[in-house]
Amino acid sequence: MGAIITLSLLGILVLYLGLFKAKSALLPVTLIGLLIALGFELALWNGDAQPLYNGMVIFDNFALAFSILCIVTTGLILLLSKAYFSSISNNVAEYYCLILFSLTGALMVSSYHNFAMLFIGIEVMSVALYILVGIRKTDFGSNEASLKYFLMGAFSTGFLLFGITLLYGATGTFDITGVRQYLIDNPQQISPYFYGGVLLLLIGLCFKVGAAPFHFWTPDVYEGAPILITSYMSTVVKVASFAGFLRLFSYVFVPLHDFWTPVLLVVIIITLFIGNITAMMQASFKRMLAYSSISHAGYMLFAIVALGATSTASIFTYAIAYSLSSVAAFAGLILVKRAKGSDQFIAFNGLGKTNPFLAFVITIAMLSLAGIPLTAGFIGKFMMFNTAMQDYHIVLLLLAVLNAGIGVYYYLRVVVHMYFKTEEGRGEAIILPLSFKVVLATTVLLTLVIGVYPECIIRLL
Amino acid sequence: MNNLFILLLLPLVSALVLAFVKSSSSAKWGALSLSVLQLALTIPFLCQFVPDATIQFEQSFDWIKSLGIRFHIGLDGISLPLLLLTNALIPLIVLSTFNKTLKGNFYALVSFMQAGLILVFVALDAFSFYVGWEVALIPIYFICALWGEGDRIRVNLKFFIYTFFGSLLMLIAILYLYQQTATKDFEWQSFASLTLQDGTQRWIFWAFFIAFAVKIPIFPFHTWQPDTYTNAPTAGTMLLAGIMLKMGTYGLIRWLIPIAPLGVAAYGQLALILCVVGVVYASIIAFKQQDAKRLVAYSSIAHVGLIGAGIFAWNQEGMQGAMMQMVNHGISVIGLFFVLDIIAQRTGTRSLSELGGLAQRMPKLAVFFLLIIMGAVGLPLTNGFIGEFLLLKGIYGVGVFYAVFGGLTLIFGAVYMLRLFQRTMLGAGSPAQDAVLDIKGHEVVLLLVVAAFVLYLGVFPNGLLHLSEASVTQLLQQVKF
Repeated sequence: MGAIITLSLLGILVLYLGLFKAKSALLPVTLIGLLIALGFELALWNGDAQPLYNGMVIFDNFALAFSILCIVTTGLILLLSKAYFSSISNNVAEYYCLILFSLTGALMVSSYHNFAMLFIGIEVMSVALYILVGIRKTDFGSNEASLKYFLMGAFSTGFLLFGITLLYGATGTFDITGVRQYLIDNPQQISPYFYGGVLLLLIGLCFKVGAAPFHFWTPDVYEGAPILITSYMSTVVKVASFAGFLRLFSYVFVPLHDFWTPVLLVVIIITLFIGNITAMMQASFKRMLAYSSISHAGYMLFAIVALGATSTASIFTYAIAYSLSSVAAFAGLILVKRAKGSDQFIAFNGLGKTNPFLAFVITIAMLSLAGIPLTAGFIGKFMMFNTAMQDYHIVLLLLAVLNAGIGVYYYLRVVVHMYFKTEEGRGEAIILPLSFKVVLATTVLLTLVIGVYPECIIRLL
Repeated sequence: MNNLFILLLLPLVSALVLAFVKSSSSAKWGALSLSVLQLALTIPFLCQFVPDATIQFEQSFDWIKSLGIRFHIGLDGISLPLLLLTNALIPLIVLSTFNKTLKGNFYALVSFMQAGLILVFVALDAFSFYVGWEVALIPIYFICALWGEGDRIRVNLKFFIYTFFGSLLMLIAILYLYQQTATKDFEWQSFASLTLQDGTQRWIFWAFFIAFAVKIPIFPFHTWQPDTYTNAPTAGTMLLAGIMLKMGTYGLIRWLIPIAPLGVAAYGQLALILCVVGVVYASIIAFKQQDAKRLVAYSSIAHVGLIGAGIFAWNQEGMQGAMMQMVNHGISVIGLFFVLDIIAQRTGTRSLSELGGLAQRMPKLAVFFLLIIMGAVGLPLTNGFIGEFLLLKGIYGVGVFYAVFGGLTLIFGAVYMLRLFQRTMLGAGSPAQDAVLDIKGHEVVLLLVVAAFVLYLGVFPNGLLHLSEASVTQLLQQVKF
């Protein structure tokens, strides 16, 4: 709980700092606050996890692991923010404050123990984002993205809320243990409301994680939002939503496995194909990442469809691998966009020659996203596939493999542009600020370390 | 010094070091000395190897304990020749680049690939095997696409996606087998001792077969190969043809056949037919090639087709022939591609119609070239003879017709190879090529080494056959169908 309180207070503090024009203090204060929050989470690790505050939240290792991942990823993204926010807006403090509030929501979603808390968490996380997406007030793309995200988000929240209501109607409780108990106690006569509730919750959550056919907002919103916000949305928000998703289905709805598995299977297959095939067509790196993030949502859903002992570990490993690579890729994109003014693939031409380090990091990130061994992404995919194999979803795996093959095509495209195509004209090296160097080196190092020795992560959960 | 792990570690360290070397000459000398050191470290394994069927120099560490993954490596009579081949060819490949100006990153990629290849050949754990299998792909992709020519980007993307897709099918099969093992691990031993249902083995067969067939390549999975070989830089082609395709044939012997014998019983005949079709098909296309490099690329499909057929014949002669020929093909093909590279560099063309009469101007090269061609064609007292003879004898054991069609490779091979020699070396040359100089320096050294291997293995094949005999016999007894 310490972390959530710290982050909420930190958000307000940052807002005051902005009021008193202490711009240079914003980033250090935020990072220190994140470290404190991290400390609170680490202190609880392996502790005796009991539902707290009348069963509202629980800080078990599952919640803590995902919370830590969210905090660390946010920290990495904020390190990239130096000179970024001030270049696109005057109200820098609002950025930090909103991101912190959104992170608070993400932490609640990871550690909820009551449907009310899930709902509040998702709302806190999303409302901050609606503003962040549209924060470039004069930019049409940003405004459109914000409006789209808000409308879609409001819709999905409606579904979510209605689903929770139906569950309450059937069970008489908001507590997830209570709901679970209801399922165990009445295996035969489950109220039809309950089934409706499960489906609506599924739809609502699929909206949030951007799984097809509820993915329509993702590409436009990801494209319209400022790059840093996009990277935040596609990592932290997604990871937290998956944590919530997994807790709900692995803990509460397990007894109804046979009912929702077919639905989820269809969702996964559509998600994989739509994400990958559309990503293949893109000429913009940013849009490609947006579509590829849809397909990654599909892979992560594997762990939910095949619930088993390794589900948590595999979704966590996958989430780490995906977050690290995404942050590296978006960091590269920010630098390239700033230097060349474009986020198309051709802007990356000749980067292998002018900026070997940056090109190397982006290459490793792409290989990790594509799932090539010795990177964390491979371990994530390997564990996901392994989880699915435990239930013998062989056809699903075949389709997944087909999609992984398509994935290689578009991930390698940026590599092709960086190394094998030459830039027209001068081709100056992009100057990497220190904070970018730190972030890029950290992500690539972690990606390789987890890829070579994943035991350090897997053993955690 | 018989720590197998060092053989894996040294190329990785070399890759790390070489990656930061900027100067071309220190990069190539560094790469050469490191690869020769690696070769020297391999010698103790050859000396201390006891040619029986056991797995020797075994090492096993926990890797990912929670998933039962171990880093388990070891050598037996089947993997040792390929390990030797890899470590012997890499110095030659490095040597072949000595007249080019390449930075350290090129040699770093070669060393990195070497580590992947070795891991494939020594892995006794399916996960380690898969990692090596994929890791070997990344550097060769960059080598071919960065230093290649022509339509290199498209061609290599096709190559990458083709092989990657094949490997993923294998990954599914590996995960399935993992679920079946009683001990929940990826050990080769546990996989090989599974007794699976007939229907299961059939799809397992295809999952593995496609992965290996793409790599080898076996007809009709070969479409990436001619383009990739032709457009790659010579060192890349040597890596691809000399060593990398042996990953596929080795995989057939080590993984596919022991794991899915019933699948092989059902489809082995079909696979054999595909191999033989590949032999005939590639030979016929090789007749018509104008580009010398492309001609050798197609000849390679024909040769490995015969190796594949020998493996699927699954008898002593066929298997021993395959083992022998895997090594022979590696040596011959490196020699051939190197000769073609020299010709292309001196004359500026690889087109047979523009070449001719080079024997007068480059007599030394002509002698080596002829000798290597003899080896590739399979003339007695050269290395190719014993291998092809054993292969055909093995295939004959399965059916006369297979042997007849497979045997065409000898005749066809002689036709297109001698045509290659005639068109480049004999006849009247164009006046533009009057000034070309004969080979010298590192070129002579490389060709001498290749020629020595060609003759030595042709006269004393037993040294090599002896290594693998016991392991092959045991494998044949263990796995029957």
